[in-house]
Amino acid sequence: MPLRLATRVLIGLALVFGLCAGAGAAAIEPALLAQLTSEDAAEKGEAIDAIAAIGDEAALAVLSALRDGMLKVSGTGQMFIAERGKATDAATGAAVDPVPDDAEKVTINNRLRTRIESAIGALRIFSKDPKERLAAVATLTADEAMLPALDQALASETDPAIKSALQQVRAASQLKSSDAAKRLAAIDVLAESLDAKSKNLLLPLMEKSPAGEFAEPDEQVRQAASAAVAAIERRLAVYDYAGRVFTGLSLGSILLLVALGLAITYGLLGVINMAHGEMLMIGAYATYATQTVFRAYFPAAIDWYVVFALPVAFLVAGGIGILLERSVIRWLYGRPLETLLATWGISLFLIQLVRQLFGAQNVEVSNPTWMSGGITVVNLVLPWNRIVIIGFSMTVLLLVWLMLTRTRLGLFVRGVTQNRTMASCVGVPTGRVDMIAFGLGSGIAGLAGCALSQIGNVGPELGQSYIIDSFMVVVLGGVGQLAGTVYAALGLGVASKFLEPYLGAVPTKILILVLIIAFIQKRPQGLFALKGRSVET
Amino acid sequence: MNTLATNPGFTIPGSEPLFDGRAWTAIAAFLIATLVVVPVLFLVVPASSSFHVSAYFVTLVGKIMCYCAVAVAMNLIWGYTGILSLGHGVFFALGGYAFGMYLMRMIGREGQYQSLLPDFMVFLDWKAYPWYWSFTDHFWVAMVLVVLAPGLLAFVFGFFAFRSRIKGVYFSIITQALTFAFMLLFFRNDTGFGGNNGFTDFKRILGYRIADPHTRAALFALTAAYLMACLVLSRALIRSKTGRVLTAIRDSENRLMFSGYNPLWYKLFVWTLSAVLCGIAGALYVPQVGIINPGEMSAANSIEIAVWVAVGGRGTLLGPLVGASLVNGAKSYFTQSFPEYWLFFLGLLFILVTLFLPKGVVGWFREKRKAAA
Repeated sequence: MPLRLATRVLIGLALVFGLCAGAGAAAIEPALLAQLTSEDAAEKGEAIDAIAAIGDEAALAVLSALRDGMLKVSGTGQMFIAERGKATDAATGAAVDPVPDDAEKVTINNRLRTRIESAIGALRIFSKDPKERLAAVATLTADEAMLPALDQALASETDPAIKSALQQVRAASQLKSSDAAKRLAAIDVLAESLDAKSKNLLLPLMEKSPAGEFAEPDEQVRQAASAAVAAIERRLAVYDYAGRVFTGLSLGSILLLVALGLAITYGLLGVINMAHGEMLMIGAYATYATQTVFRAYFPAAIDWYVVFALPVAFLVAGGIGILLERSVIRWLYGRPLETLLATWGISLFLIQLVRQLFGAQNVEVSNPTWMSGGITVVNLVLPWNRIVIIGFSMTVLLLVWLMLTRTRLGLFVRGVTQNRTMASCVGVPTGRVDMIAFGLGSGIAGLAGCALSQIGNVGPELGQSYIIDSFMVVVLGGVGQLAGTVYAALGLGVASKFLEPYLGAVPTKILILVLIIAFIQKRPQGLFALKGRSVET
Repeated sequence: MNTLATNPGFTIPGSEPLFDGRAWTAIAAFLIATLVVVPVLFLVVPASSSFHVSAYFVTLVGKIMCYCAVAVAMNLIWGYTGILSLGHGVFFALGGYAFGMYLMRMIGREGQYQSLLPDFMVFLDWKAYPWYWSFTDHFWVAMVLVVLAPGLLAFVFGFFAFRSRIKGVYFSIITQALTFAFMLLFFRNDTGFGGNNGFTDFKRILGYRIADPHTRAALFALTAAYLMACLVLSRALIRSKTGRVLTAIRDSENRLMFSGYNPLWYKLFVWTLSAVLCGIAGALYVPQVGIINPGEMSAANSIEIAVWVAVGGRGTLLGPLVGASLVNGAKSYFTQSFPEYWLFFLGLLFILVTLFLPKGVVGWFREKRKAAA
């Protein structure tokens, strides 16, 4: 092993000097390449190390080809890299034409493979492509021998993300140093880290062997390490909280989208629409249908199908809502409990209808490319589809608010919500307002369904899984004020995401239900009740 | 009072007879049919005879009679008091689970793992019964649990809900959330009630083998007797002064309060009673059907109970029986012959009954007769 360590140090140094001398200056010695074909694994290994020590693009190409089984040797002993029918000479990089057909692959075993991997990793941290460099840093293993190469890379690195990653690896390597001062310096660097991995590097320092000896002999270093671990944990906790707030807001904005339509119809008609969940489902299936049409006729614009699906979902769900209001629900005004049953019947009917039309299985709705992936904030990944949905629900909220407060229809809706008889007396066409408001509520549910199709499964039972939660939002928020729905939805979302890690998903749901019942003890009409003097009949 | 009592349009609550002669005859006929005729046809008449009734029939009718009892209980709270519960399934299932615990312990070492613990506990690697299973191997303890579990839950839940005057649609939604929460709880394996498989594979009850035709016939007769008892009890309650207050709550709670009544205790009483009646029906249901799982607590099941009552006729004595029998008869027909159309049928039933038969089948007949007279 000392020999191997020595060669590695050699590689590190060679890398530094090689790069200082200027990359790509020297072609690879043919003798060195020939050594790769040697029968002796040890000789092969030396050759690999030596090639790695050259440290230029050509060396990287040869090593990558060797790893991927693309380095070949012809009958005449010419080494070349074969890639998709083309071939380049391994030593000079010149094109080889014609490709020799008697070539044999240069084989390697697993031990050599790991040696190549780390050599490639070390080479790639000098790559010109920042992405490549970042990926390379992630593959590096801490090793004191790497220090000179790392220092060299740090000196020339300009990208702050790669720089800090390099510093982390450098510190991890330094931690293995025999010099206590160096170890202390390393701990200082690691303490700044946001990575649970750095914590794991530090933890062994504080362990005691069964004989009662610390793994780390120096008392001062041990103290520094424990302080550093505490600091890392604090920072991780902050990001953990931030992550929970984000998922909570995401859940809350979904609940808000789902409950907005319900709050409108409930406030206006006093009718809890049990088929509201099925309006979500219809919105999601409308999205699926739009996607299918785009796939068949406009495959070039497939990335934008969601944008077109929004009006489709709104109109289809809203249209079905109006149809239901005219045919069933308007006959049941003033009989809320019966409405509950009738709308439940409608929901059963719609579920079965969708099963017959689209099958009982879930259908596949895919994210457009601009919605997949996410933003990484330090160690948090915020998925794009969640961010888009938070923005979308805020937009819908704004539109609904504008509609309710700035338009004539909104005025009518508010008037009928507050006092139906009086509104009717001053000439508000309550029947038409009911119809349009029901259509609007269903249409918003359709929009919500379109949004849900981007984050979950789309199947006939889609609506059933959201309906009870959205009822809870309406019950908690109270009727007739958008603010109640907003606070209730976001509050429930964040509260459940904060409780879940401690209690688990199911106890959280139960606890929240109990809390809602307890809360209603205090305020039977929800968070924001309309002030009024009428005694409900 | 005297002037009121002599007024021909008014009867003092509780003074009218419980049932008239025809109704008593009908009840007696039903009891003879279920306690004597069916058991004899099932046990004594040989299977080759065309008079023989099959075990399938006995189980099906027994099951439907349990549902009828649930509907009678539901009618008390919805039909007479005007409070729609969408969570009665949870009381039914709790009664079933309470008795199921006894049945599970009676399996003894006959389970797959030959352990004293039920198979699902062996599977979870539990070494002993959790505390809430203690004493459930005694029949009477299980019987007390059958009453207490749904009764206590209903009392506590009802107390808080009625005290803060949650009513109408709000109450319905909250009860739906209640049964949903319990379903989630019982779906968990760690809850100790068999997770999503629930309880099944029962072997014996009070020492008798559960699959034995005699046990089946006894359970059938017991269910029939229980159903009649529920009916008589519900009639007696509605006829009493308390019953008048209950219907007053339905018709105008505010006016009742202005007259100096506190509706809280009346509501709480009938709500708890209804839950207990449901629980006992659940306890009778489980040994006959041979399985209880959290699916019984799904929101859909509880709403179906409401539709039985709506189809039959709310606030009528016979309505729940008629409704539960019709809907469940149709269900077992549809799910065998055209399973894919059952939900269409059920959905349409919900819509059409609320639109066109607001008083249910019984109410419709009654109106027709009145119109003819």
